[in-house]
Amino acid sequence: MAPAATDWSPLWISLESSLTATTITLILGLAAASWRERHSGPAMALFDGACLLPLVLPPTVVGFFLLLLFGRNGPVGRLLLRFGASLVFSWPATVIAAAVVAFPLMYLTARAALEQVDSRFLEAARTLGASEWRAFRQIALPLAWPGVLAGTILSFARALGEFGATLMLAGNIPGRTATIPIAIYFAVEADDMRSATAWCAADLIISVALLSGLYYWTHAQGPARWARR
Amino acid sequence: MTMTLEVHIEKKLAEFALDLSFSADDAPLGILGPSGAGKTMLLRCIAGLEHPSRGSLVLGGKTLLDTQRGILLPARKRRIGMLFQHYALFPHQSVRQNIAFSLTSLPAAERERRVRLMLERVHGVELGERYPRQLSGGEQQRVALARALANEPQALLLDEPLSALDTHLRSQMEVQLQETFSAYRGPALLVTHNIEEAYRLTSRLLVLSRGRIAALGAREEVFRKPPSVEVARLTGCKNISRARAVTEHMIEAIDWGCRLHVSQLPAGAILNCGIRAHHLDFAEHRSAGATDDNIFPCWLVRSSETPFRITLYLRLHKPPDESGGHDLQAEVFKEKWEHFRDRSQPWYIRLASDALFVMPE
Repeated sequence: MAPAATDWSPLWISLESSLTATTITLILGLAAASWRERHSGPAMALFDGACLLPLVLPPTVVGFFLLLLFGRNGPVGRLLLRFGASLVFSWPATVIAAAVVAFPLMYLTARAALEQVDSRFLEAARTLGASEWRAFRQIALPLAWPGVLAGTILSFARALGEFGATLMLAGNIPGRTATIPIAIYFAVEADDMRSATAWCAADLIISVALLSGLYYWTHAQGPARWARR
Repeated sequence: MTMTLEVHIEKKLAEFALDLSFSADDAPLGILGPSGAGKTMLLRCIAGLEHPSRGSLVLGGKTLLDTQRGILLPARKRRIGMLFQHYALFPHQSVRQNIAFSLTSLPAAERERRVRLMLERVHGVELGERYPRQLSGGEQQRVALARALANEPQALLLDEPLSALDTHLRSQMEVQLQETFSAYRGPALLVTHNIEEAYRLTSRLLVLSRGRIAALGAREEVFRKPPSVEVARLTGCKNISRARAVTEHMIEAIDWGCRLHVSQLPAGAILNCGIRAHHLDFAEHRSAGATDDNIFPCWLVRSSETPFRITLYLRLHKPPDESGGHDLQAEVFKEKWEHFRDRSQPWYIRLASDALFVMPE
């Protein structure tokens, strides 16, 4: 059964899981990108490949691997089971699926943004007594911020639109794991075109708002106060 | 108490190895050398931004680096102020925040007081709330200087501080640097490839060539008696000739085809002699009899003018031929040039023995 048009749960589930996934992605993506900044070598190609894999694999394949990992017989799933927890077909599963598919976008943009930061600023910070963490937090991150912000918004958009991996790992449990894209799919399948149209319109509004926000921040706001003469 | 910096550094670079030892104290030390000689790398090693393969650094009795004992202090713990070539002011922070960056351990009131003091010292009190992009090149340099000095560093390193400025600002900022140097207590190292800048701003000079020390000493010494042809050239000497000793007080300048009286010969084989372009002197005529005045007939090959001086390219002993080659290059003020420009040639040029220097290599 498709949810009634008055059931707003897909919207909240989508927003909550996308926001949570984006926060996780932002932290992990920044950590991976700044770690990668400080390391080089042939082995790093493998690291890059692993980080970008969810971008090139079909989401259903990503979902399948996640199922293998987090399922009852998977290594992580069995560990969780020992604590009496199960991840598959739960709300956290929507977060994990969305975070994994959004991660490559965050990693790519964060790396590009951090690479743009002139290393002399970081060197100056070090000679002025700053620790690596302080140099990252107060110098690298603010200077890379427009790029990092763009990556964050892209990741959020990707997380919001996630369907394949979410369906594999979290399924379609109305009120718990049914996000907007999943609600649309099952509405169409149940021939409930009114609900499908409503959710599609909602998705459209959110996307337009996001993209114009992205444009505003990176172009109109981008050259911040300090960059203007 | 004088603070001393003892440097011993070995580091392999792409084309050559950095390998040098010296010490610096309160007297500002100018580091001169052609581009790519390793000057900036030397500063970066001292600051802790690069790590030498072998060596030691001791600053005021404290070991910053000792590869044999496995001591390696990171840059942030060295308390060495560094002024970067393009200043590297944090663009997203105001001038005040830039200067306060190294002062986080101080209470807020004390920090504000120190920032103000630093701005006063570089004559920039009105700049506090501005951002680096709103500053002129000269103002940026002043702020960078204030930032580098804010936490009272034990040593000060300046990497081509004036190269990013245009000519007019350069002389202004030189005055600022001179003020800073005279107020600063501790080793100050200034890297430059501008000979005159180095001479004006520092009292000792270190000439670097392909990672090694080519000369080190008081600036007057290095200029008056360059130890090698390379140093002579790097310090701007235009006239160099191969030479050999004839007697204790006379050498033969092979390229110039003449014998020259010199005040004193160093020990060992003499291979080259030189004289600076502005030390060449024009005589009224060849004085008869006196043989120790080093005066020779010369002809003008060509000249090149600057607003106040003229450079004369001269050929010794005979008129110029079609090859256009010259033996000596003389630099004179135009007023002086007016006196003898219309005289018939040959003119007579004096290579004063106290201005001549001989070099073993």
